Amino acid sequence: MSSIEFRKDLFADERSDNLNEIGKPTIRQDILGHVTGRTPFYDDHLFDGLLHMRCVRSPHHHARIRSIDFSAAGRMPGVVRIVEVKDVPHNLNTLLSLLNFGRDDEPLIAPQKVAYIGEPVLAIIAETERQARDAVAAVRVSWEVLPHVLDVEEALKPNAPSVNDIYPNNTFDYGPYDHQKLRFGDVERAFQQADHIVEGEYQMSPIEQAPMETCGAIAAPETNDRYVCHTSTQALFFSLSTTAKLMNMASSRLHFIGGTVGGGFGGKVDSIVEPMAVLGAVLTGRPVKFMWDREEEMQVGAPRGAERWRIKDGLTRDGRIIARSFTGFFDAGAYIRLSSYAVQKGTGHLPGPYSIPNVAANVFMVFTNRTPATAMRGFGITGVDFAIECHMDKGAEAVGMNPIDFHILNAYRDGDMKAHRRAAKNAALIECCQVTAGKAGWRIAPDHAQASSLIGGGAGERATIPETVTDQIGRIGERRRENLPTAPYAGSTARGRVAAGAAKQAVVAAPPQHEDMAVDLARFGFSKPQARATRQPHSAVPPASPSSPRPQQPAPPAPQSSSPVPPPAPPQTPASAPRAPQAAEQGQGYRPEEPFQQGIKRPGVSRFISGTRRR
Amino acid sequence: MITVETFDTIAEAARAMQDRTRYFGGGTLLMRAVNYGDQSFHRMVRARDASLRTIRREGSRILIGAGVTMSQIIASPDTAFLAPVARAIGGPALRNMATVGGNLFAPHPYGDFATALLVLDCRARTADGSDMALEDLLSRRDSIRGIVAAVSVARPAGDDFRFRKVSRVKPKGVSVMSIAAWMPRTGGRLKDVRVAYGAMGSAPARVRSVEQALEGRSLDSQTVEAATRVATEGLHPPDDALASAWYRREVAPVHLRRLLFGDGRR
Amino acid sequence: MAKKPVRFTHNGRETAIFAESGSNLLDVLRRVVGDLSPKYGCGQGTCGTCIVLIDGEPHLSCLTLAETVEGRKVDTTGGLQNGPDLHPLQKAFMEGFSAQCGYCTPGMLMAAKALLDRNPRPTREEVVEAISGNLCRCTGYDPIVDAILDAAGQTSGRVA
Repeated sequence: MSSIEFRKDLFADERSDNLNEIGKPTIRQDILGHVTGRTPFYDDHLFDGLLHMRCVRSPHHHARIRSIDFSAAGRMPGVVRIVEVKDVPHNLNTLLSLLNFGRDDEPLIAPQKVAYIGEPVLAIIAETERQARDAVAAVRVSWEVLPHVLDVEEALKPNAPSVNDIYPNNTFDYGPYDHQKLRFGDVERAFQQADHIVEGEYQMSPIEQAPMETCGAIAAPETNDRYVCHTSTQALFFSLSTTAKLMNMASSRLHFIGGTVGGGFGGKVDSIVEPMAVLGAVLTGRPVKFMWDREEEMQVGAPRGAERWRIKDGLTRDGRIIARSFTGFFDAGAYIRLSSYAVQKGTGHLPGPYSIPNVAANVFMVFTNRTPATAMRGFGITGVDFAIECHMDKGAEAVGMNPIDFHILNAYRDGDMKAHRRAAKNAALIECCQVTAGKAGWRIAPDHAQASSLIGGGAGERATIPETVTDQIGRIGERRRENLPTAPYAGSTARGRVAAGAAKQAVVAAPPQHEDMAVDLARFGFSKPQARATRQPHSAVPPASPSSPRPQQPAPPAPQSSSPVPPPAPPQTPASAPRAPQAAEQGQGYRPEEPFQQGIKRPGVSRFISGTRRR
Repeated sequence: MITVETFDTIAEAARAMQDRTRYFGGGTLLMRAVNYGDQSFHRMVRARDASLRTIRREGSRILIGAGVTMSQIIASPDTAFLAPVARAIGGPALRNMATVGGNLFAPHPYGDFATALLVLDCRARTADGSDMALEDLLSRRDSIRGIVAAVSVARPAGDDFRFRKVSRVKPKGVSVMSIAAWMPRTGGRLKDVRVAYGAMGSAPARVRSVEQALEGRSLDSQTVEAATRVATEGLHPPDDALASAWYRREVAPVHLRRLLFGDGRR
Repeated sequence: MAKKPVRFTHNGRETAIFAESGSNLLDVLRRVVGDLSPKYGCGQGTCGTCIVLIDGEPHLSCLTLAETVEGRKVDTTGGLQNGPDLHPLQKAFMEGFSAQCGYCTPGMLMAAKALLDRNPRPTREEVVEAISGNLCRCTGYDPIVDAILDAAGQTSGRVA
């Protein structure tokens, strides 16, 4: 622990150094349990009559299910229950529907087709694990194998197989487009003015979290009509709420116990094992364990998705990056999971911690027949940072500059305007570079050795939002009809312009799919903002959800990034007035014969947010 | 359900083998199959025969019981020349369990020990008394009936015997490939050279192209270059999660060169 | 379902259980004996989280046929401490921040104990060899190697 060097001299006046715990080593509160073997991981709970649940899984990348014959399996010794599609109360979900983002696209048990190797089509519950495995092996599935696609750019071609029935274009919807756009300034003009153009393409593989503990959950009926669930999840409330939704059950009937994760690294957030275990407990009335073995952990468990990035820089001969353009592809695999959000995280991060006056990005979330991707260690950022930093070295080489000098020259300082229209603050790249140069014994230019993140930023052009050139290429569905290029602006000469200084227009990239999922900030104690002017409009493009009106919303807290939008189109009035809390029935006293409800009572409020019990 | 039967002698165990029955040596491969619900067998047969775990000299050769573990190989003075090979297999716990006999039937990419035995004029003895060259056994190992009770190997002199395991995971991991060579010299020239690869095909195998390039020559740079040029001739290395066939073909000559230049202990 | 009686010494205590035919020692220890300290990480002997000592030697319990421990001595992390007193390895792991998620820790401790029981003053290379069958995804291994050397009463050789 004593191998950390604190550089408290840096930014010393920004903090008081009187903390008693932060910055000092402290013993983990759970390490005694770790060294005595008593830390209770989810599987470290013994239940009488524990049943074991295993899935019948697709051996194909992409196939239609013609029929499933489990008659032999059902007669095998120890088999207690076969779990089919019809046993799942609500068989379509996406994890981030909990945050209002994306349409439900993934079944717990695949009903009609499978879109990745390992996707479950049936589950079997038996007295022992071996009996469950034997029964799974006895199930006969008749498959109609379909063509599959495993490459992100192949998936964008017009004749590519359609992977995901809910997003049939093989892309996630970002506003009216099939990709996330970022536009800042005018990269095309800047490239023409640049002395050097540096291009590169970078490819990352999927990364498997490979925790020592495999994913799983044990669920059991508890008293007072609840179910207890011991889970390996990193995201207890995600798992509880997702389970409540898939089970069509009030969340107050679920008692989730987590707390000790045998290594997560992002691989234990998807919450697809808890609903299985709870479903098993509900159907059998007994404790049920659903645990991935190591092969499932590696093959079926979601990795961080592969990414492909193309970066094009325009440099002046003195080493300044005056333009940077990105084309990025996130391989989401067969279902959204967290990739929709990964793209926004990544886009918000562009062009990296550098002050670049012209930036453009087209970032695609692409469905392929690979294992669905999820989080792993900084997902959304770490991949593109690998690309950016490799590219920085190329740029330094092109202008004949020491890479550390190149970094310091282009680093943003406090107050500089970032491409997604926020001012940089608490920047520290320059100081990191200086310390690194010192440690490595690399000489850097004297003025760079004296530079500071606090000096030189936030003034003049560095601090302003430039006039920004926009395009409208790549609307949802266009790419299925014709081959379109993917790079920013490529494919059409039509351009729009957003005035310099235009910012602070929150745009909901994907509208909520159900009314009752609309976030009502008043419930959380936010005061209601004043009525806003009509939002920057979208043009008339098929809305994400057929049934939902567009309630007017104040800017949601996270994770939407406010990317610039295309040029004006006819304004679109929201279809419904803002939702106001119903006249409350609070203060009427406890009425035991009525269903219990917490918080503000609103008819139609989603029951899986919290607090409502239904019978 | 898996049934397990244990017999006093290897001969009884061999007679008890039937369809859908597997012989349980150290269990490191078989229990993995059980744990993953392998449907091809439902019965395991074991022997508590002490002869399976003995190592002894037989004239100029060493006789090693099929139940001898990697740890025993390392501990026994009679098998000191094989200790570097055994040490390259797994970690300490695995070595306490994995047997010589089991390694002969270990599927790709396993079988490092068998690769080494292959160059040491190894002969396998089965429970029913027959005796065959290991190379013969390996070529028919998917269909052969019977249980191996022991193997006998020649005892190499000096540093004539070399072994190198190539793995991407440090300090211990599965082989991308392994190379074994027995290079006795007479009057400065290689005589009766044997070279074998592991994890470069469906089973460990002799590399005749390399043997021919070395045979009768002295071990100098020219000879080594000639051998590396034919390092993968006629071979069809597999593509798997560890390495592609292309990769294996690219690195095989490099590792062969290092082994031949004496870099090759473990 | 056929069950076989198996008698063995578990962490110093005489134990007799019925093991299902073909079951592995890890399942028997966890489910039948109720010792949850060895863990399931892979079921194939590649991760080491299931390592226990049988007659003082490390074995992969997930690959050990339960009935083969008849008459033998089985030791797990659950029995490592001496009454209320932690084993020096346990103390060293705690002080050395040698565990984060803790899942590999029981296996690491048993591999380390097997080493120190046989070789009380190992070199760093010998420690690395001793845990070469144990995977850890959290710590990067160095804190574990340092703790084992510390428990053996030596300096770790690292610059502080």
